Amino acid sequence: MLQSEVLPSPTPMHIPDGFLSIGVVIVCWVLSIIGIGIALARTRKTLGERQVPVMGVLAAFIFAAQMLNFTIAGGTSGHFLGAALAAILLGPWAAMLTMTTVVAIQALLFQDGGLLALGANILNMAVIGPIVAYGFYRGVRTLVGNRKGSTLTAGFVAAWVSIVVAAAACAVELGFSGTSPIGIALPAMAGIHALIGIGEGLITLGALALVLATRPDLVEAERAPAPAGMRWVWGGLALAIVLALLSPLASPHPDGLERVAEDLGFIERAQEPFYEVIPDYVFPGIPNEALATMMAGVVGTLIVYGIAVGLAALFRRRAQTA
Amino acid sequence: MHFHALDTYVPGQSPVHRLDPRVKLVLTVLFILTAALTPDRAWLIFGLLEGLILAAILTSRVGLALVQKRSALALPFLLAALTVVFARPGDAGDGWVLFLPGTPWAVSEAGIGRFLSIAARSYLSVQAAVLLAATTQFPDLLWGMQALKVPRLLVAVGGFLYRYLFVLADEARRMMQAREARSVVSGDERAGRSVAWRARVTGAMAGTLFLRAYERSERVWAAMVARGYDGEVRVLLSPVLRPSDWRAGVGLGLLLALILAAARGL
Repeated sequence: MLQSEVLPSPTPMHIPDGFLSIGVVIVCWVLSIIGIGIALARTRKTLGERQVPVMGVLAAFIFAAQMLNFTIAGGTSGHFLGAALAAILLGPWAAMLTMTTVVAIQALLFQDGGLLALGANILNMAVIGPIVAYGFYRGVRTLVGNRKGSTLTAGFVAAWVSIVVAAAACAVELGFSGTSPIGIALPAMAGIHALIGIGEGLITLGALALVLATRPDLVEAERAPAPAGMRWVWGGLALAIVLALLSPLASPHPDGLERVAEDLGFIERAQEPFYEVIPDYVFPGIPNEALATMMAGVVGTLIVYGIAVGLAALFRRRAQTA
Repeated sequence: MHFHALDTYVPGQSPVHRLDPRVKLVLTVLFILTAALTPDRAWLIFGLLEGLILAAILTSRVGLALVQKRSALALPFLLAALTVVFARPGDAGDGWVLFLPGTPWAVSEAGIGRFLSIAARSYLSVQAAVLLAATTQFPDLLWGMQALKVPRLLVAVGGFLYRYLFVLADEARRMMQAREARSVVSGDERAGRSVAWRARVTGAMAGTLFLRAYERSERVWAAMVARGYDGEVRVLLSPVLRPSDWRAGVGLGLLLALILAAARGL
């Protein structure tokens, strides 16, 4: 009873062992280790001797905060991952290390995610998540300005994007492993997490609003100087776009798989969520299907970015007139 | 304090409990690696590995039911692999294909084989991980990781996470209790207003928890500095492995290598 109440429920994002091929496992570990290595060097500079206690206690916070939930409807409830909130409050590098320990201990202690698959889970939730979240957060704020409304909107969008992009990365890894055809896994994972991301965004927004009201210095504390900030904006956007470019390549037998899936009528079924963003999924005028899928991914990323900036601008104007 | 609720360690004095944490970590990873490298539909090898892990679980005396119950946690993820049952064009040649009447879907024998192989690998791996966590105290596990050259800073942060996890988890529980106490539920009416409102309340709780954690970390840091902390976490040197650790490590490692050779070669 207490166990089930206290343990974070397994989200569909922690990949267990057995689902990834060895090649994918190795690539993910290498990328994660590079990311962690850079983060270790950077935080040593910024946090110094406070590194261990601050990141350690805040990692415990992320873990404990994942227990907080709220009812959405029926038996389902919204949970919290925390990558975006950590990136906004601690800065991206410290957030990466904090999330890395959280994800690692979830795997070691609670078997939430596998041990070999840990490299992939760290990559998705502790490297890609914070980078993309911070990039979008900085991007929206840079383009719209530093008002309270824009900070909160930026936080909401950053949290939503971090969840969806991490889920997309998970789907790409499953696709490359031949565990789940990318044409099905990507729309399904992105679709489910587009909903989960709203919960994440709302919790992040609520947490940010409270911290802004009581300790605004903490939100501003980690602000990097402008040029570094712009690097994050482009970095986050680039990462999201690279993922969009990788997605059509992720299937080990793209031609046969797509043909059969199409024959069976899956692709149309599975990709329904995407139709709303990009009407035909395959871009008109582009004959190559892989190329068209890439274009669709890139354009989708840019549309989300545009909507975020527009929303933030709207909120700012309302805050100014009020 | 609900200290034990989160802890997955099951106290005991079995040979598995007494095995050096470094050896246990390496053997667990080797076991999972062997399962990962076993080709699809090598049922005999999967059976051998299951026999091996069951023997280890019985030796550890943590309880077969407990391990199986915790291992079931990883099963929902199998949904993500379910799609391979339907479409596997590369292997469509061997085995039967069953078209489901009334639907555009078809199930292939090869696809089912692939799905069951993924399920077997996943379940084998999670049992090994559950056994590791159930028979090794977390500080020992961290110490073993440090001895195996995991970056010291990450291990230290992991140690702090473990130390304060229970404190903050209790704090989160008290907050949820307080929310419960202030939320009236009448009949079928759900507590609270709209979903957005409930999310916002939860967000404020997360924010409060963050501030308490942050302020606590400042106090912890100050206390550490007062005791002479200079940014370096020092631990005792690793003791040498006992002969029994060597025997278990080398013996089981060779056995796993043999199983893997059989799996890849035959």
